[in-house]
Amino acid sequence: MEYGFTTAAYVVAAILFILSLGGLSGQESAKRAIWYGIVGMGLAVVATLFGPGAGNWLLSVIMIAIGGAIGWVVAKRVQMTEMPQLVAAMHSLVGLAAVFVGFNAQIENGRVAAAKAAGEAVEKFTGFAAILAHKTPAELTMLQIEVFLGVFIGAVTFTGSVVAFGKLAGKIDGKPKKLPGGHMLNAGALALSLLFGLLYLTGVGPGMFWLILIMLLAFFIGWHLIMGIGGADMPVVVSMLNSYSGWAAAAIGFTLSNDLLIVTGALVGSSGAILSYIMCKAMNRNFVSVILGGFGGETGPAAEIEGEQVAIDADGVAAALNEADSVIIVPGYGMAVAQAQGAVSELTRKLRAAGKEVRFAIHPVAGRLPGHMNVLLAEAKVPYDIVLEMDEINEDFPSTDVVIVIGSNDIVNPAAQEDPNSPIAGMPVLEVWKAKQVFVSKRGQGTGYSGIENPLFFKENTRMFYGDAKDSVNKLLPMVE
Amino acid sequence: MGGINAMKIGALKESYEGEARVAVTPASAAHLQKLGHEVFVESGAGVRAGFSNEDYEKAGVTVARTAAEVIGAVDIVAKVRQPSDGEIGQMREGQTLISFFYPAQSPELLEKAKEQGITAIAMDMVPRISRAQKMDALSSMANIAGYRSVIEAANNFGRFFTGQVTAAGKVPPAKILVVGAGVAGLAAIGTATSLGAQVFAFDVRPEVAEQIESMGAEFVYLDFEEQAQDGAATGGYAAPSSPEFREKQLEKFRELAPQMDVVITTALIPGRDAPVLWTKDMVEAMKPGSVIVDLAAEKGGNCELTVPDERTVTENGVIIVGYTDFASRMGAQASELYGNNIRHFMTDLTPSKDGVIVHDMEDDVIRGATVTHDHDITFPPPPPKIAAIAAQKPKEKPKQLTPEEKRAQEIAAFKAETRSQVGLLAGGGILLLLIGFLAPASFMAHFIVFVLACFVGFKVIWNVAHSLHTPLMAITNAISSIIILGALMQIGSGSAWVLILATLAVLMAGINIFGGFLVTRRMLAMFQKS
Repeated sequence: MEYGFTTAAYVVAAILFILSLGGLSGQESAKRAIWYGIVGMGLAVVATLFGPGAGNWLLSVIMIAIGGAIGWVVAKRVQMTEMPQLVAAMHSLVGLAAVFVGFNAQIENGRVAAAKAAGEAVEKFTGFAAILAHKTPAELTMLQIEVFLGVFIGAVTFTGSVVAFGKLAGKIDGKPKKLPGGHMLNAGALALSLLFGLLYLTGVGPGMFWLILIMLLAFFIGWHLIMGIGGADMPVVVSMLNSYSGWAAAAIGFTLSNDLLIVTGALVGSSGAILSYIMCKAMNRNFVSVILGGFGGETGPAAEIEGEQVAIDADGVAAALNEADSVIIVPGYGMAVAQAQGAVSELTRKLRAAGKEVRFAIHPVAGRLPGHMNVLLAEAKVPYDIVLEMDEINEDFPSTDVVIVIGSNDIVNPAAQEDPNSPIAGMPVLEVWKAKQVFVSKRGQGTGYSGIENPLFFKENTRMFYGDAKDSVNKLLPMVE
Repeated sequence: MGGINAMKIGALKESYEGEARVAVTPASAAHLQKLGHEVFVESGAGVRAGFSNEDYEKAGVTVARTAAEVIGAVDIVAKVRQPSDGEIGQMREGQTLISFFYPAQSPELLEKAKEQGITAIAMDMVPRISRAQKMDALSSMANIAGYRSVIEAANNFGRFFTGQVTAAGKVPPAKILVVGAGVAGLAAIGTATSLGAQVFAFDVRPEVAEQIESMGAEFVYLDFEEQAQDGAATGGYAAPSSPEFREKQLEKFRELAPQMDVVITTALIPGRDAPVLWTKDMVEAMKPGSVIVDLAAEKGGNCELTVPDERTVTENGVIIVGYTDFASRMGAQASELYGNNIRHFMTDLTPSKDGVIVHDMEDDVIRGATVTHDHDITFPPPPPKIAAIAAQKPKEKPKQLTPEEKRAQEIAAFKAETRSQVGLLAGGGILLLLIGFLAPASFMAHFIVFVLACFVGFKVIWNVAHSLHTPLMAITNAISSIIILGALMQIGSGSAWVLILATLAVLMAGINIFGGFLVTRRMLAMFQKS
């Protein structure tokens, strides 16, 4: 009876989760979708607390309350620009939780096995151990495989997310770093964990010992893998870790024979996988090359850039804006760093009030998180219907009077189309140089993350507006009428 | 105004019957004075363009009573039309004349100017390079003619240009064909589209297709390969075309003729008679009430039936407008632009803005426009050092697929897709069978759920809006803490280690659940519509 209730609740929760993700197809339906997710989660937790195998639920409720309070405070305090690191940090928690649950399964398994060997009655076990006690030997082997996968993926997710958090929060240097040996070290660690996994399965020596070794190796892989990936590839990394946290949950679901865990893990896993795919496509790079870190080997000498970068001051930019009828703003990570979204929004408001058409062009990998720019602009109260994707707006650049590029570089680099030897050749880019005039707000003359010169800055219709993005836009504000 | 050496420049009243333009306006006179010149004008010269003698006097211009008085007083004579024999005869050695001249068509006039020893600057010979655009009088006059041609057409056309749906019935938009997309053609296209007509345009230079389309007209393509005229080689003008090309072109026009309400022809080839492009049979094929405006009438006309300077009506009721004075019909506007062209030329002739003319025969623009100088005929000029426009590749005509080809393509694409899907399904199926063979039954039950969930996940996530990817990550983060179920099931299971680990896992998952959902809500609440 009880079991039936729990399963029914799980079915409802799974459907709610699917609806919740499906609702994210539009801004308005998304506001409803979030409630589906919350109700689904609440239902799942309550059903589990009252379902079979649960016990000690007072402690559970207390821990959930404490965790909930912490989560509440964090969610209230976090700045929208800090969203990438928050997401990474939360991934690490899921990863670590998966590791813990996996270990528990092993401990319980050992306890049940010992009891069985001693010929004790299995009926005395309660909770999770009771489920274990009824498993056949084949099922137990399967369980061990699942524990292995859960712990391994969970551990990689944990350290990987911690490193990603550090890099996104600026606590670790964003440049790719590798130990001598590079990816051979990762491959070696992976092979070694597979070997230990085999030993663990065949029952040679203490299972716990192998599992701890596997965890440590996975910790190393997660750390070393993400250390080797640079800052601008973080959108891919974060979505990949998102995916991993899902797969870890699914693996644990198999271990615990819990269908809801499996379904949810699979949903999250495929979500992250698709996001990674979209991000890779937006950079025209394949997943493996992103994960292996850095940009690929040189394909030939890059084309020489002729001309010079011409600087302009705020007066010049303001004059051009006052004359323009149509303006497109292209924000990038630099806008987030300078916290310039509020000033940009104010500029947008003023220009729109003057009857000008103002739109935003968002490249899929702008920022450090998929959709990062959209969230920042939404925070600054820029209406979402003037914020357009690359495919929607790329054709409009030739008929645009002024383009303002704020803190983005590689995503507006014409070399991707013009120079087959460029490391980013073939990457889809925003064709800003086709507009009548382009202003680039930039700190200084350096190159972007990828270290590639940007011929855009040398074009005849481009002017460089040097300075901190926020200060620059604020300077413009009083001059625009 | 002006120093002791100040050059004097004077504009004559146009002697040609009905000409309304004038070479210097009060506004352009002010600019000329800034260059250090003293400005004269013949009494009544600007009247038909709307500038009275008083207007000129107010601008500091000396008004002389007769043409002879002006010519006697000034160093530079400015005119609009080609000078008459008499006017040239009154000029003295060393004087400069600026006006339209058409040196190729008027060798006698050229000879006379040479004998008189005057320096003649032909405004129609200003080379077509970017630097000289501001003094390109042919273009500024053509622009006006193009505009006016549409107005004349509208005046003669008994219907709306724009399409309307009214209570009294539906009116289709007028169909207008513009032949020749030079300056006049483009101006006509722009004017006609802004009146709401449906405009088609043709030109022998395929590189102008883009300009035509940018003005809102549809480019009429010809299926003709070899004849890709390079506008750059002829200084931006059209060159004569081969007989085969012409045949193809006329065939296309014959096809279009019955559909068109208005035809505006602007095809001119420098130094030649206008090519006949709209033949008698095309006119006969047109509907009664249709209008043909022939901007090439002065050079014989593009239409076979054009009578220069006349508006005629054919037997089948087609109106043919053959006026040659479109620019003059907008005298005020034309004078203003022509006056500006002249003063820009004077700016080039007065490099130090001190009223001293430096006739630099090394300068591309000045050399190109000067047709007689120092008792010498300097026409035709050597080719300019700078090409007018870069050679362009003809625009690729989008390949039209026949219905059969389209179908074949679709079938091929469908087959390829089916093949890849069947392949994937077969591969996946075999893998599943293998797993099923090895794994216990209870595992398989869960595995089916897993596979289905992945499938649902892929289908659902593809629909997520790009702009919501960050909220997606936050919400998946929150629901991936479903791992809490595992910890909850284990927390009551017994041993101390299990208790500690499970408690920690519950705590972490709890942070994630609340943090994830809350932060997603915060983000979604921010998205606002304008």
